[in-house]
Amino acid sequence: MLEEPTIQRVLAAAASRGADFAEIFAEEKRSSSALLDDGRIEELTSGRDRGAGIRVVVGESTGFAHTSDLSEAGLIAAAETAASAARGSGTGTTIVDLDRVNAPRPNLVRIMPGDVPKAKKVELLLMANEMARAEGAAITQVSARYADSHRRILVANTDGTLGTDEQVKTLFSISAVASGDTGMQTGRESIGRSVGFELFDTYEVGDLARTAAQRAITKLAARPAPSGEMTVVIGPGGGGVMFHEACGHGLEADLVGKGASVFAGRLGEQVASSLVTLVDDGTMGGEWGCFAIDDEGRPAQRNVLIQDGILVDYMWDGLRARAEGRASSGNGRRQSYQHLPMVRMTNTYLLGGTSTPDQILSDTESGVYISHLGGGQVNTATGDFVFGMTEAYLIEGGRITEPLREGNLIGNGPGVLTSIDAVGNDFAMGGPGTCGKDGQGVPVGDGVPTLRVASGLTIGGTAA
Amino acid sequence: MNPEELQQIADRIVSMAQPGEQVEAVVAWSRDTEVRAFEGEVEHFVSADSAGVGIRMISQGKQGLSWAGVLDDAALKECLAEARDNASFGSEDPNAGLAEPDGVEPEELSLFDERLVHADTEEKIRLAIELEAQVRAGDPRIFGIESADYADSVMATALASTTGIRRSSAETSVYLGVYALAGDEEDTTTGFGFSVGRALQDLDLAFAAQEAVQRCVRLLGATKAPSERLTVVLHPYVTSQFLSLIAEMLSGESVIRGRSPFAGRVGEEIAATSLTMFDDATDPLSPTASDTDGEGLACRKVPLIDAGVLSGYLHNAYTARVAGTNSTGSAQRGSHRAAPGVGPHVIKLMPGDLSAEEIISQVGDGFLVHDIAGLHSGVNPVSGDLSVGADGVRIRGGELAEGIREVTIGSTLQRMLGDVVAIGSDLTYFPWESTGLTLAIADVTMSGQ
Repeated sequence: MLEEPTIQRVLAAAASRGADFAEIFAEEKRSSSALLDDGRIEELTSGRDRGAGIRVVVGESTGFAHTSDLSEAGLIAAAETAASAARGSGTGTTIVDLDRVNAPRPNLVRIMPGDVPKAKKVELLLMANEMARAEGAAITQVSARYADSHRRILVANTDGTLGTDEQVKTLFSISAVASGDTGMQTGRESIGRSVGFELFDTYEVGDLARTAAQRAITKLAARPAPSGEMTVVIGPGGGGVMFHEACGHGLEADLVGKGASVFAGRLGEQVASSLVTLVDDGTMGGEWGCFAIDDEGRPAQRNVLIQDGILVDYMWDGLRARAEGRASSGNGRRQSYQHLPMVRMTNTYLLGGTSTPDQILSDTESGVYISHLGGGQVNTATGDFVFGMTEAYLIEGGRITEPLREGNLIGNGPGVLTSIDAVGNDFAMGGPGTCGKDGQGVPVGDGVPTLRVASGLTIGGTAA
Repeated sequence: MNPEELQQIADRIVSMAQPGEQVEAVVAWSRDTEVRAFEGEVEHFVSADSAGVGIRMISQGKQGLSWAGVLDDAALKECLAEARDNASFGSEDPNAGLAEPDGVEPEELSLFDERLVHADTEEKIRLAIELEAQVRAGDPRIFGIESADYADSVMATALASTTGIRRSSAETSVYLGVYALAGDEEDTTTGFGFSVGRALQDLDLAFAAQEAVQRCVRLLGATKAPSERLTVVLHPYVTSQFLSLIAEMLSGESVIRGRSPFAGRVGEEIAATSLTMFDDATDPLSPTASDTDGEGLACRKVPLIDAGVLSGYLHNAYTARVAGTNSTGSAQRGSHRAAPGVGPHVIKLMPGDLSAEEIISQVGDGFLVHDIAGLHSGVNPVSGDLSVGADGVRIRGGELAEGIREVTIGSTLQRMLGDVVAIGSDLTYFPWESTGLTLAIADVTMSGQ
């Protein structure tokens, strides 16, 4: 994207007023999507963005400017703006030789989505629509979305880092509405991976469509969820978002550093049941949150955060790691060249255990089985979180019985971690997610095996 | 860039339309500044211009879109060609089409405050630092600040279409916002406060700081409560979030797709008779007021619920055509990247005549809800089923009693609309498309222990 001499001159301009660190992040991204609704291909959209963000760190203060003008003059103008925006007194830095970062690509992309005829993408949507509707007359509405993106980034900084990466993602999601005497219910399913169009060699859109339609139909017969604190069994894959929200965010070093995390100051302590090992792993080939280098040029890493219940480490970006005199953990990410990087998760998951899912269920006299959690949010300072249950069932006498209507699940991160009393051997990754933090969205993955939370979770149902 | 320059670009794109093609171009530019303060210093200072173009093409009843984050000639041409190509893959829809001029003249609103353009950078920095300092000094139990931000934006947009719509406008906005942390050995709470306006002079820093401090400290010592059914009193901030959801269900988009529980119910009673709701899109006091919508039609007041009876929906040109009616000037575009959807500008409930204190005293026994969490995950906009995390204060004997946290409140939106028992007089504006006021709703399930 940029020539090395240009990079050198732009970094020199960025550091010209005395900086401790300066960085260029250049990005070129093309995306396309197609939307089906009400039986029709509503529209195809394609877009492209191109630009660079320049960051200058002086002491504790960061200046940042971005530009869509990738000419040397445009970049130098942005570098000067960033330099004048950084306040404080720095020791000054000189630029060392740029060293190319050699990070393994997490996977090869076989079929670039941009090379696939648009007609083929449209065909997938039409097929999904048909398959979902074929599940029964109760299905009254279907919408589906295909999306792909191709992002090329270049990161260079005054520490001598020069890294590039190419990130390709493909996604398909479908939502079906079923109508009956009890009103309308929705069922959703999505698949998204950091791969090309070969995604559809592994996943049949027909299967996704059937799953979404069946979820909606099942919920027509669902009864209102009970309310109150109860034992919760979470199914494989579908509940990983809870660990992302309830634990992961609290382990981000920027929040920890500001005292805005319940996990601050607890390294080395038992923070979870000894059954819990929590990992954040940017190297997982093909997963939604994987990459070769993060948005600060650091190779992706597999980081164990909680090992057998003991808090081992937080997640770090370059800025926070630099202040602590340690290395970044490869968690510096940003939404685009128009954003500052910060500590973000990649693929966050709970390792599998030894129980079989059947054992866990049959040991549960009564409670709620959640096979799919929707979006949620957490207050990292208190650990309090809330999630939507998009597919849940009652557990009675050690068996899954009736389906439940949607409701929220609330609890407290540290409380849940210590209350996990069974972890299954059936680990699975969940669907693609977009994690929002401070106004920026980045793609993330999550996963869990079947697990049981004995206490501390409250189901917020509408049943009296 | 100024609106005239953007208009020229939009006009140029539209002039490249081929016979039989409908083309709409939106060109947007903004200059943004953001300052975050921490421990009396600037943590970061961001300054940047961004621009973009979005093109919508309709040809033979098929729609295609394309956008670009650069405005050079080559990008514009490629963008138009992409939109044209994309359109060829759409399904034919007899209702597809751009908005047509409808003769309604946009109101003159002053959304652009020249003073922001000339505002002093040092003053912006001072505001962020001062905001942090005031919150820290606000109460001895405040132990940290997650973020203390100043942000502003000078924006300009232009729209042109082959149907003869040409509109450009400029707008300024400023924002101060702070997230604070309070606590003691046992307990941590968070609270935020903000102030918005069109120039620095509009900002009320002391108010933003005070709000954050109060939100923090009032929940210290709050605990989970036993499950029960009771009357909830919603703080204006919470009410505004509920109103946003109801407006989403009253959008023509949800209605024509059969995704709204209110579809086909115009003329029916859907709420308590005390309830009147409308989109007051051009209210100049609102930070989200607008003169024109995302398709360039004039914004106007749209009645939605009149004394409990559903009076209509919000529409853009497309949903109106499908429903056999006219656009209500409610096309909303998230950015130049998005097709125009449907959404409100300034949702309002007709205020009642009771103050918040009077409502609390009248309710006697209930739960004053200060904040909710998980609204979007906890509400099914199709069925109206709802359960959200909540915190606030128990009301006993008409007085505020103990704090409550980590509970959920649940019902259905339809039932909640019917069970409104009191409407406050305290109309409050927020920097999103819905206002709020104190609202009491009977018979809601609170789930806790």
